Amino acid sequence: MTPLLEVQNLTTRFHTLDGIVHAVNGISYTLEEGETLGIVGESGCGKSVSVLSIMGLIPEPPGKIAAGQVLYRGQDLLKLDEAQMQHIRGHEVAMVFQDPMTSLNPVLTVGRQISETLTVHLGMSEEHACLRAVELLGMVGIPQPDDRYGDYPHQFSGGMRQRAMIAMALACAPSILIADEPTTALDVTIQAQIIDLVKTLRERLGMAVIWITHDLGVVAGLAEKMIVMYAGFIVERGNVDDIYGNPRHPYTLALLKSLPRVDRSSQEKLATIPGLPPDLLGLPPGCPFAPRCAYEVERCRQENPQLAQIGRDHEIACWVDVTTGRER
Amino acid sequence: MNSNQVLVRVEHLKKHFPITRGILFQRQVGAVKAVDGITFDIYRGETLGLVGESGCGKTTAGRTLLQLYLPTEGRVTFDGADLTALKKEELRRMRRRMQMIFQDPYASLNARMTIARIISEPLRVHHMGSHEEQIERVQELLHVVRLNPRFINRYPHEFSGGQRQRIGIARALASDPEFIVCDEPISALDVSIQAQVVNLLEELQEELGLTYLFIAHDLSMVRHICNRVAVMYLGRIVELAEKDELYDHPAHPYTQALLSAVPVPDPSVERQRQRIILEGDVPSPIDPPAGCHFRTRCPLAAELCSEEPLWRDLGGGHFVACHTS
Repeated sequence: MTPLLEVQNLTTRFHTLDGIVHAVNGISYTLEEGETLGIVGESGCGKSVSVLSIMGLIPEPPGKIAAGQVLYRGQDLLKLDEAQMQHIRGHEVAMVFQDPMTSLNPVLTVGRQISETLTVHLGMSEEHACLRAVELLGMVGIPQPDDRYGDYPHQFSGGMRQRAMIAMALACAPSILIADEPTTALDVTIQAQIIDLVKTLRERLGMAVIWITHDLGVVAGLAEKMIVMYAGFIVERGNVDDIYGNPRHPYTLALLKSLPRVDRSSQEKLATIPGLPPDLLGLPPGCPFAPRCAYEVERCRQENPQLAQIGRDHEIACWVDVTTGRER
Repeated sequence: MNSNQVLVRVEHLKKHFPITRGILFQRQVGAVKAVDGITFDIYRGETLGLVGESGCGKTTAGRTLLQLYLPTEGRVTFDGADLTALKKEELRRMRRRMQMIFQDPYASLNARMTIARIISEPLRVHHMGSHEEQIERVQELLHVVRLNPRFINRYPHEFSGGQRQRIGIARALASDPEFIVCDEPISALDVSIQAQVVNLLEELQEELGLTYLFIAHDLSMVRHICNRVAVMYLGRIVELAEKDELYDHPAHPYTQALLSAVPVPDPSVERQRQRIILEGDVPSPIDPPAGCHFRTRCPLAAELCSEEPLWRDLGGGHFVACHTS
């Protein structure tokens, strides 16, 4: 059976005055119907660029999708023209962005922005779209949705704006919801509300979710499968239980060790990852994590490892077996 | 840690920002009650965490404590001296002993100054040493925060976020203070860099015997770095306790909800955790609810809660302001 979404060897570069920025370097993954995938990594690791590439939202120039395929139900999205892509966006794949203030239009009412989606995409009449927009606002938990329909974004709190964004994304019942750090700008109690909402809606509407975050805690509670990205590469991939329970890439391992936990008392020092993430303008020939890696062997500086299977549905890109400290 | 020795005592501290109308004849029409009567002690050598969500007044509390904002009411005593009663010059001299590390390492360093000038500014302000001695001190400080002393003539834009935060720390250490207010020092940094900066702060505390007020919203990190933790909601402290006591036995319904909302990086734990999802948003600090500020969102709210709850000691230094817990 063809998966819902299949990303193959996706490569995105930015041609800047300083040179070519290798933002996404040949990543591949699949997403099944109704599944939730977490994409985790630090700023600049290419997690946002990878999904913007899927949505056809990379500005060209300076951006360029240099290689790869994005198969949505078997159809390559990268080959579609803008009009066809317009149909996919919102209809089939919808996206929620990090900052709910800048992604809403400040001079249009929230309700209008939602109903616009409905009139444009579904060809609904103004009246019908308005009723449906109120319904959607209610579905995402906005109190008195018919009163709030006429409010402008500044009259909404941060959490409510993100709810409105979700309502807008869900307006045309997409099969995939891509959420790019949707709770990073929010407080933890509001984050909990939004995650709870997405979980409920996911079950009710049966959509697949791609959730991008730098917060390893959020993914643990939300996703079934996850991808860890570093310097534009996927360094580890698998289901969440395997990755959290048995992290096998040195970067994932170090990241998890450097996190203190709210449910545990700790006296020891935090483990740190020395150094800084690499400059994507000029990546070294070997493994991009090698200069910061505690398990580095000679081969790491010369050859960049490919993703390789180490367990059922668990892959890492590393020459070393962290359980023994020796080359695999 | 000598737990008997109080370094900073904060009593009924309030900071209200006036809201005015009119251009020529301004009259006050209300006030943002950012900090609305907080009381706590900070012991010498400890790290006191001050946590809460955005807009709860934790940053204002830190700044008012250092007299960067003039308090509306209340008293701050630093090592026995009442800061609110000090004359300008006396306060200026006192400032040498208390410093601040800011949240945003991109905004808190002057882009037109070299690292040497940034770090030596406190030394110049307090007339500490000759120019040569100051430069020597800057080099020493760069070494202390694990930066290369050769960087002395570079500008802030040449550094990464984590390195800039180290520069901010070096500046705070320059005048050899006893007390540092750390205002969200790691929230702008990437996960792998956060641990580096937190470890540095811990090492400096051991080496130099510093006392920290650590303001943050990352409750996991606060549990790691602090000795005691105070939880703020809408301008008031609702609970204060030794950290493990607070995290393992939170008494205030807000603390309980806040802690339950923090995700844990472990799927098996996450599946079993019970979240307390709070309804709605934080009310406006211009017109907070009468009585307990949390009662509009509290799952346990009762009629009694429209009266102000007392600050009660549950024993062992665990304080809470709640009628129901």
